[in-house]
Amino acid sequence: MYQLTGVTKRYQRGKEAIDALAGVDLTIADGDQLVVRGPTGGGKSTLLQLLGGLDRATSGTVSLDGTDLGGLSEAALTRVRAATIGFVFQSFNLIPTLSAQENVETALAPLGVKAAERARRAAEALESVGLAERLTHLPGELSGGQQQRVAIARALVKQPKVLLADEPTGNLDEDTRDDIVGLLEGLWKELGLTYVLVTHDSSIAKRAPRLAVIRKGRLKVTEREAA
Amino acid sequence: MFLTYLRRELRRRRKAALVVALGLALGIGLVITVSSVAAGMRDAQDEVLHSLYGVGTDLTVSKEADESDGGPQTFRIGPGEDGEDSTETDDRLMPLGGFQHLDASAVDDVAAQDGVDTAVGALALNDIEFKGDFRQGRIAGGAGGQAAPGQGGPGGGAGDGEGGPRIEGGGADIDVDSFTVTGVDVTRQDVGPLSSSRISDGATFGKNDTDALKAVVDSAYAKDEGLKTGDKITIKGKKFEVVGIATADTGAATANVYIPLQRAQQLSDADLEDKVSTIYVKADSSEDIPAVKDAIDENVAGASVTSASDLAEQVSGNLSTASNLATNIGRWLSVVVLVAAFLLAGLLTMSAVGRRVREFGTLKALGWRSGRVVRQVMGEAFVNGILGGVLGIALGIAGAYVVTAVAPTLDASVGPASDAPEGAVLRGPQKMLDEATTSVEVALQAPVTLSVIALAVALAAAGGLIAGCFGGWRAARLRPADALRRVE
Ligand SMILES: Nc1ncnc2c1ncn2[C@@H]1O[C@H](COP(=O)(O)OP(=O)(O)OP(=O)(O)O)[C@@H](O)[C@H]1O
Ligand SMILES: [Mg+2]
Repeated sequence: MYQLTGVTKRYQRGKEAIDALAGVDLTIADGDQLVVRGPTGGGKSTLLQLLGGLDRATSGTVSLDGTDLGGLSEAALTRVRAATIGFVFQSFNLIPTLSAQENVETALAPLGVKAAERARRAAEALESVGLAERLTHLPGELSGGQQQRVAIARALVKQPKVLLADEPTGNLDEDTRDDIVGLLEGLWKELGLTYVLVTHDSSIAKRAPRLAVIRKGRLKVTEREAA
Repeated sequence: MFLTYLRRELRRRRKAALVVALGLALGIGLVITVSSVAAGMRDAQDEVLHSLYGVGTDLTVSKEADESDGGPQTFRIGPGEDGEDSTETDDRLMPLGGFQHLDASAVDDVAAQDGVDTAVGALALNDIEFKGDFRQGRIAGGAGGQAAPGQGGPGGGAGDGEGGPRIEGGGADIDVDSFTVTGVDVTRQDVGPLSSSRISDGATFGKNDTDALKAVVDSAYAKDEGLKTGDKITIKGKKFEVVGIATADTGAATANVYIPLQRAQQLSDADLEDKVSTIYVKADSSEDIPAVKDAIDENVAGASVTSASDLAEQVSGNLSTASNLATNIGRWLSVVVLVAAFLLAGLLTMSAVGRRVREFGTLKALGWRSGRVVRQVMGEAFVNGILGGVLGIALGIAGAYVVTAVAPTLDASVGPASDAPEGAVLRGPQKMLDEATTSVEVALQAPVTLSVIALAVALAAAGGLIAGCFGGWRAARLRPADALRRVE
């Protein structure tokens, strides 16, 4: 469970200071889905980075299951990222020289999983996103949608507790977008993940059970009764 | 994962790897070529010095210059008193080049110095045989002047012109036959003038040949004169048996004919009983040479000591120019190029990391420790370095091979013949060189030794690691959040 209290993230640029997040309070229960919307520059990505332990808040606390992420050492934070959090990025961020399977394996390397086990689990993960036939393809040999599927397999192969997706469909065409959103939603339900999705897509936002809107660093949550 | 990733990167980013490797290869190749050429230069210089001194000789000692000694040589040779045409001969065995000599006892004094392993004396002489056919000049032309005999001096007749009577036809055909003779200590032949030659035919002197009428003849001279072992050679009326033919290691022999020292001392026209012109010294170890030099200078009266390095400083000709070039400019050039190559490799690796900021940021976001990312970057750079080393060794060997294949001939001349001040008194081996062998030619080789290869491998590894440190430093500082923000 995420518990954010009074989270501020200030970026200092010379004399100018920008509060990307300003006094954000937020709770996300285990297994919940939160959809985050907002104008560009509102602070969505910043929020996701704090949730994912990629950055530290300037003030306030971000705690995950009772642990204050801001208080952890760099090494401990790295372990949290390795074991607990799965990321999906807008621009896929696959390693261009590694095959689909090897890309998925990179998520298991820091956990000390043995090579044979790694290969097997990576293949399984790719199968679960519908890419059983593409294990040895390089990212450059895959379509955008397929690349994002590889990235999703990479995020989920380690069986994380949390899935963070920052505009995962931002670089995809409309048909593929629905595929990916559907896939993520299916996996969320199937695996019981805590799922935070940043998106500009209003149709997704409309369907979301819980919607957060960030404007100029301020967050407003709209609860919606499940239909 | 480490190896898989490494392999994939190197294979799929071959060009980037090759650029870094080539940069290093150029630097390393240059170092190999320059080191090999420098080694070749050293070999060539050693060869030259050895040919002047004899292998195993570290120092030579000769008599200090003394202005009062010496003087013009006069030869009593001319037509008979009776004014008849005549043939006259004169055989002189004179000191070679000068009249300063050391007492034979100085050899023992030198040998007694600390750090001296062996000291042997030698006496360098010049055998000059004059054979003159003298004809009387006749007065010709003029107004009926009475014919009177005139004397033709060596070199031809003289006339005074102006329509007066002229002396015609007077003159002498003088045959000068000269060769150098060095008296060697037959008991110690490992050091001294003969040590730079090997016996190519026959045998050298025996230990008991101290006053034997035996001679060893230099092969070049033997060829010119048609001498073979078993032949006889006449020096000052004594017939010496040619027992061996000596071939100089570099084609520059110390003398034409070698005879036992005692014989040389006895036969010399100057009073040289118990005299030597040069003492050849071998030190216990090469580190001792400067100390031994000082000791002899101080403790042996009238001695002037020359070391191989003194002599090396006086080696002129393109060998010394090339040698300076290789050792000074070559060394600096290779250091500069190497540093530049290392820096270039480092910067290229750093910029490669810069281009992969998002890749490494992603890995960090996936939970890769900084150390793991740095190790990956270092691993790649290291392999690039080794690749550069291999290419560099190939380039370097190719360069050295070209130098050896072309094998430019270098000439070296030693001594005042070229650059001594006017009127300088020549001594020791310089003197001998001035008289006998002023110039030596050697072909330049560029041997690539195992130690040079080892150096190259070490340099390559170092270059790779330095490059890796640049890149690793950059990768370590990378914050995943920043990395992910970057849009390519
Ligand atoms: N490293 C940084 N240094 C300075 N300012 C930053 C930095 N990162 C983000 N910002 C600023 O913080 C604010 C929030 O940025 P953020 O990336 O969170 O917005 P966003 O909601 O994700 O926008 P978008 O929809 O365009 O992705 C922006 O005004 C941005 O300029
Ligand atoms: Mg964003």
